[in-house]
Amino acid sequence: MAGRDAPAAPVAVKLTMKDFKSDQEVRWCPGCGDYAILAAVQSFMPELGIPRERIVFVSGIGCSSRFPYYMNTYGLHSIHGRAPAIATGLSVSRPDLSVWVVTGDGDALSIGGNHLIHALRRNVNLKILLFNNRIYGLTKGQYSPTSELGKITKSTPVGSADSPFNPLSLALGAEATFVARTIDSDRKHLQSVLRAAAEHEGSAFVEIYQNCNIFNDGAFDELKDAGTRDDYLIRLEHGQPITFGKDGQFCVVHPPGGFGLEVRETASVSPDHIVVHDAGVAEPAYAFALSRLPGEDLRNTPIGVFRQVSRPSYDNLVHSQVEAAKAKATGTPEEQLAGLLTSGDTWTII
Amino acid sequence: MTKQVRQLDRVVIRFAGDSGDGMQLTGDRFTSETAQLGNDISTLPNFPAEIRAPAGTLPGVSSFQVHFADYDILTPGDAPNVLVAMNPAALKANLGDLPRGAAIIVNTDEFTKRNLAKVGYSVSPLEDGSLDGYSVHPVGLTSMTVGALADHDVSKKDAERAKNMFALGLLSWMYSRPYESTITFLERKFAARPELVGANIAAFKAGWNFGETTEDFAVRYEVKPAKMAPGTYRNITGNAALALGIIASAVRSKLPVFLGAYPITPASDILHELSKHKRFGVTTMQAEDEIAAIGAALGAAYGGALGITTTSGPGVALKGETISLAVALELPLVIVDVQRAGPSTGMPTKTEQADLNMALFGRHGEAPVAVIAPKSPSDCFHAIIEASRIALTHRTPVILLSDNYVANGSEPWLLPDVESLPDLTVEFASAPNGEDGTTFLPYLRDPETLARPWAIPGTAGLEHRIGGLEKADKTGDISYDPANHDFMVRTRAARIEAIQVPDVEVEDPDGEARVLVLGWGSTYGPIGAACRALRQRGHSVAQAHLRHLAPLPGNLGEVLKSYDRVVIPEMNLGQLAHVVRARYLVDAIPYNKVRGLPFTAAELESMLEDVVKNG
Repeated sequence: MAGRDAPAAPVAVKLTMKDFKSDQEVRWCPGCGDYAILAAVQSFMPELGIPRERIVFVSGIGCSSRFPYYMNTYGLHSIHGRAPAIATGLSVSRPDLSVWVVTGDGDALSIGGNHLIHALRRNVNLKILLFNNRIYGLTKGQYSPTSELGKITKSTPVGSADSPFNPLSLALGAEATFVARTIDSDRKHLQSVLRAAAEHEGSAFVEIYQNCNIFNDGAFDELKDAGTRDDYLIRLEHGQPITFGKDGQFCVVHPPGGFGLEVRETASVSPDHIVVHDAGVAEPAYAFALSRLPGEDLRNTPIGVFRQVSRPSYDNLVHSQVEAAKAKATGTPEEQLAGLLTSGDTWTII
Repeated sequence: MTKQVRQLDRVVIRFAGDSGDGMQLTGDRFTSETAQLGNDISTLPNFPAEIRAPAGTLPGVSSFQVHFADYDILTPGDAPNVLVAMNPAALKANLGDLPRGAAIIVNTDEFTKRNLAKVGYSVSPLEDGSLDGYSVHPVGLTSMTVGALADHDVSKKDAERAKNMFALGLLSWMYSRPYESTITFLERKFAARPELVGANIAAFKAGWNFGETTEDFAVRYEVKPAKMAPGTYRNITGNAALALGIIASAVRSKLPVFLGAYPITPASDILHELSKHKRFGVTTMQAEDEIAAIGAALGAAYGGALGITTTSGPGVALKGETISLAVALELPLVIVDVQRAGPSTGMPTKTEQADLNMALFGRHGEAPVAVIAPKSPSDCFHAIIEASRIALTHRTPVILLSDNYVANGSEPWLLPDVESLPDLTVEFASAPNGEDGTTFLPYLRDPETLARPWAIPGTAGLEHRIGGLEKADKTGDISYDPANHDFMVRTRAARIEAIQVPDVEVEDPDGEARVLVLGWGSTYGPIGAACRALRQRGHSVAQAHLRHLAPLPGNLGEVLKSYDRVVIPEMNLGQLAHVVRARYLVDAIPYNKVRGLPFTAAELESMLEDVVKNG
């Protein structure tokens, strides 16, 4: 059990993308966005410098949750919604591991909503990748908690009456210390977000917009098409003024008297009034305001790291309590146990 | 004044009062003093689920019964010889359990018109002759306590609150109990408020002295120490024994323990106790819900810890899907169910054995697990070690069925020698097990136990993926092959049947019995006491008690068939009887009560006598 108490640290191993491919045949539908995410993750993993045996992928149920089978690491495909809870027990008891949770919008936000928010508030050392395709794929096309109001699906033939969750707003409300969004089709951006998530101590929550080409095809087309994406996407860069559009014609400002952030034409505001992105702002209201920018038509969708603040991880707090108690103890475990059994009011019969 | 001292072989005392009167603490202290003296003891706390039900009402009555004797006893006693009633509600709620001639000590200060009216007495029972058949001792417990504390620097409220110590002092005098441990206890409990230490000790002594001086109590009693096996003892509740057994499992397995739990009556005390013992490598997590609690425990088990979750029936219902996952993953996991009266919220502080069906069958698919039940408070210690052994050796979930009666009841426990406890060490897989020397087959089984290798993350070369989808034999790859599924379902069943459990032992002292009483779990005490009483009256009856409910002992069928009649008393509507009938085709006679209280020995004795005589 040597080394089990040591935190996951990069070690000098040279691995390649191939090392992270398992021998299992990938069985997502042809054209699914999950393929792109899998390839991006597999080719990113060698960068971590962590040996494969110290990496664990834990998932729930759904299309995205088949992910662990395709990674040549340790993997656990669990039950619907419970991956964050199961991963919490693993991460807390094994600080030497790098634990990743792969989940979807139904898995994480519907049946598993409770576990997700509690993992985030505890700041468990998990990297949580939420593949959001705004639909139930594996059960063949019911609306999900991120489907838009009025969505017509098999279970809502005249339109859904449910208002959707905004996953990032939810994560921020749950006290998440790292919140980011990226897109399946943009490998470079996806990997830059994974990199930042991997470096974060505590819970890193990453929403990945993912296309389900069977049941919700084109859900994020405006963010991907060359003709629209630059005008729709806000690429957040820490320390940079938030401007976007083909010619940087839009910007984000904090209007006086308002609560949140708004988009303006860059030409119409003084450069001093353009918000400079700072993921480290302690007050979550800033990242929350960013998360509220997109409209129903996906205009003004920020991607990148919204929030990255430092707070002790649950793992470390729990571990240090156990270690502190162990440090104070004297004698072998058997002697300590004998002492414990005979503590309190005892009597002896000869 | 020298008082007469009379010897008794056994006494049952019930302390009863409002839930805020400190009756549980009073009972605990009396029990501890009694343990110090060396009597055998059995206790039965009985309290409402409400923390403070409206004062003075019947639903707010809390009681603590202690049975002590100069011989070994098996139950907390059917009927009290002495009732301490702190108010009219306590009297009314408990009077029905008292045999004629029993002593009743009442706190007359609480017998006000208003308090009497609250429980429907129009005339005080102390005055209307309705208690004529009892030996009633009216004592102004509150006023005498306040009087005794006149010189103490405490508020009137604090002085009144010490009345339970006055009552304890009086009873300790009556039964000649050594009180040093109570003094030490009070000094420790109120260390932060020295004025309360003085006040409570003074109240205790005032009660003691009152007994010695008042003419109302002419006789003092003694109960000699019981003849018990040599060794060091402590008094222990079932929940405390479970916590210690979990720590012992950590020590003997050399594994870290991870306890995931969500607060639930009557299991929370196990979480409380374990959270104090982190030095043994015990991590406790109060999870966001029951499902997360077992999920985290299973995650920790996957990582190589001894994963445990503690709960009660409603929690087990929520955990069902995760138990099924653990069945599919074939990982060690211990699930403790401290049963309480159901269905739904039921009666959370009352006992029942009605989760046996759920433990055996309450999951989707064919999802067999091992099931084990302790028979008494101290047996919880050994039963949880056995549960850990099975889980670790056989890589399976194990459900331990305790109940509120053993969880909160207590008895003397002969402390075991740590070195005598079973060795629970296991080996993690460390190298590929495929014939080619490089492949790892996560579902290649040990030929004897049928357990698969426990290959924990961090082990290089054994990277593998497991999950809830059906797996191919040996490789663990996803498989929808019909023959493979049939094979795996049967193998999972065979894995449980492969667990070695000891034969059930039959107690049949004269070897003449034609009637066997079969029980499981906490009914051991009352069944044993009933059998003893019958034998003392010249009848033959055999007793067998099951610790292992899945798998059942190999000799059980043979044992059952060697008696003319088999009687199965259970605190449910016949769940074990159902299993016995189905499995062994034995026409067992079920005897069932679900009153939220343990059986009395007397009712079982009378029922069994009828079977013994009339078949």
